[in-house]
Amino acid sequence: MRNYYYYIPLICFLLLVLFFGRQLFLNEDPSNLPSVLIDEEFPVLEFAQLEKYNLLSTSDILSYDRPSLVNVWASWCTPCKVEHANLMVLKMDYEIRIYGINYKDDIQEANKMLVKIGNPFYSIGVDSTGRESINLGVYGIPETFILDSEGQIRYRHVGPILEFDLRETILPILTQLEKER
Amino acid sequence: MIIELGHFCLALALSVAILQFILPIIGIRLKSNRCLNTSIYSSYIFFFLVLLSFSALAWAYISSDFSLMLVAQNSHSQKPLIYKITGVWGNHEGSLMLWILVLSIYSMALSLLGKKLPLRIKSIVLSVQGLIAVAFTSFILMTSNPFLRLLPPRLEGEGFNPILQDIGLAIHPPFLYLGYVGLSITFSFAIAALILKQVDSIWIKWVRPWAMMSWIFLTIGIALGSWWAYRELGWGGWWFWDPVENASFMPWLATTALIHSSIVAEKRNTLKAWTILLALIAFSLSLLGTFIVRSGVLVSVHAFASDPSRGIYILLMLILFTGGSLGLFAMNAPKLRSGSMFSPISREGAIVINNIIFSSAAATVLLGTLYPIFVDALTSSKVSVGAPYFESVFIPLMVPAILLCGFSPMLTWKKGVLDNVYERIIFIFIFSVLATSFLVYLKGGAAITFLGIFLGSWLFIGTIYDFAERTLRGKSLKSVIQRINNYPRSAYGMSLAHIGVSIFIIGATVSSAWRTEIETSMEIGEEVFIENKKLIFQSIKNNQGPNWEAEVAYFKVLDNNKNVSFLYPERRFYFASQMNTTEPAILSKLFYDLYIVLGERKSKNEKFIFRIYYSPLLNFIWIGIGFMALGGIISLFDKKHRIIYRQIKQNKKKNA
Repeated sequence: MRNYYYYIPLICFLLLVLFFGRQLFLNEDPSNLPSVLIDEEFPVLEFAQLEKYNLLSTSDILSYDRPSLVNVWASWCTPCKVEHANLMVLKMDYEIRIYGINYKDDIQEANKMLVKIGNPFYSIGVDSTGRESINLGVYGIPETFILDSEGQIRYRHVGPILEFDLRETILPILTQLEKER
Repeated sequence: MIIELGHFCLALALSVAILQFILPIIGIRLKSNRCLNTSIYSSYIFFFLVLLSFSALAWAYISSDFSLMLVAQNSHSQKPLIYKITGVWGNHEGSLMLWILVLSIYSMALSLLGKKLPLRIKSIVLSVQGLIAVAFTSFILMTSNPFLRLLPPRLEGEGFNPILQDIGLAIHPPFLYLGYVGLSITFSFAIAALILKQVDSIWIKWVRPWAMMSWIFLTIGIALGSWWAYRELGWGGWWFWDPVENASFMPWLATTALIHSSIVAEKRNTLKAWTILLALIAFSLSLLGTFIVRSGVLVSVHAFASDPSRGIYILLMLILFTGGSLGLFAMNAPKLRSGSMFSPISREGAIVINNIIFSSAAATVLLGTLYPIFVDALTSSKVSVGAPYFESVFIPLMVPAILLCGFSPMLTWKKGVLDNVYERIIFIFIFSVLATSFLVYLKGGAAITFLGIFLGSWLFIGTIYDFAERTLRGKSLKSVIQRINNYPRSAYGMSLAHIGVSIFIIGATVSSAWRTEIETSMEIGEEVFIENKKLIFQSIKNNQGPNWEAEVAYFKVLDNNKNVSFLYPERRFYFASQMNTTEPAILSKLFYDLYIVLGERKSKNEKFIFRIYYSPLLNFIWIGIGFMALGGIISLFDKKHRIIYRQIKQNKKKNA
């Protein structure tokens, strides 16, 4: 009876193989995380206000008639700082409206960061528990959603927006959505 | 012509590897020693052929032969020579060539050094090495051939990823591979033990040095990769729990467990099945590392290629090696008779706990790395697992391991009495609490900072105490010196490695807890203060390299208004790949690192953006890892491993 213990490593390994095999044969690009909400209207969410900044509201988003971005960020998130400069570029050079969702953050730190390195956001919603962001299907931050002029979620970008992403995906999609308008 | 020769040598190497695998099996069936001996010669020939083939590929890189597809895709005529050479393994195909080159070196080293090793064991080990060689060489020839020509040839190569043009990264794969592939030897030894159903002290004496060597190379390799990430990625961090980092970290954890459990197996003739299992798992995790990086199962910044046919091939290889060896383990391990019993409170007991912790740590890293795959399969939603998971799971696991490590070397074998160690533990405890309180009083910090510093000083004081007690116990100075002289090298190695761990813990804790970070936009001439250092942004200049042009910021750093030093953070633009990279400038002192990144400018006429990090004791991380590796090297030269050195000496005499 005791000898069966020696089969445990083998069984664990075979289970692993099953998962690997499945992943391989599905042959999907794992970085392409589809949003549950793609092609759906931006959901009604409720956020707290960050002092001195406009409060993000779903009705605002829906009534705006140009493509926009929703960016989920926090002051503790280093990749968010990396993409910050590109968000500024989007705001200043391309006049894109960006809504910010401040995710599970220390309000003071968030405030400090915006004062120190600039605010790319049109309005900000504070989601201190992360609960509202779950409704948006946020897994990890930074995450960015591109909305069309109707307020429908059209694209989801996971991870920081690097220069390359800006050039190759974000801007082309925005141009496309602008044309569709 | 040289390319075709290299290609031909590789094909020939495959056939030699097949012989190296099959002939020993026939030899055992026919009980023919001559047949068994062939494996030794095949390992020499295999090395020679792979070396030729690898050199041919390297030649194509050095001479910028853009008729070779691989070179055209990954190299550039204007690249500095050193990066042309290191570019050979900077891509999927070339890195596999390096893999089999290292494999062939190990097999040959075993043949050369193992003259005293019983022929049956040796030939089985070489046969398993042969099978690994067959699998990898055929993998290269069938799915990732580096010798494919391009018609018509290109005039210029496509360059390669400029982030990868860095000396730390260039020498990091060879070290990592020396570690990964070194584990193939312990794997083959474990297979031989399972087939022959015997594990004796000679077997373990042969396995330990290889495990130790792999561990040293893995330690150095991981540290180099981490050092590269620190200097190059520009985030001021040095470990990101990226799948590729995890891929090299898991075998390291398993090997750490292996080198500890093999001590017990050697000294106390017990824990044999466990040691064998660890050897199998360690190599399987190296294979898995290859699988994760190469197959596109997981995404990562380092991912080379996502090609499903390669993935399937690697999966088959995993099934063959890991599945096969674990199956063999399940059948034959129960027949290995275990030796003496020991009480839970004893050196063995402590090492068993160490093993359980390290294996669980490897398992949690594995779980975190593969969790996205599991979730996708079960709920078909996509998830990514980040640093918070690893930090919240890994750190609590390591706490008991470090606590244990502080005093377990003082326990005796077989049956330790806690009473004897009791007062020493209290001594260590009091001193480490004092040291911690002092440091935290100076700078303050959260509970986790307190814990980290406490663990670091606990381990440091415990190790020093143990060492002092063993050596300074003598009555006269003469006997102390004698004791220090006679102190076994492996024990020196252990103390040094444990001290390395303690330094590392303190460095890792302090550098993140007391780190200051400024993000600021500056004009030329402006100043900024960070931790009583005055940074003056003096000017910005354009600089031109062989294949890039750069914006360089000139910084003058004043430490308390004296001690001037200069820092030059850059942003480079590489023509060939049309990519921007940041080159952080780092002022690296023993007690702090000052790290400046030149950020992206919003537009041409605006201020320059800088991210500045001040990380105290960051260098302790590298120093600690250095001590760990050094400890490993010293213990490798212990007297008890002398069988091998004696062998080398005899060989030298013979040759002379």
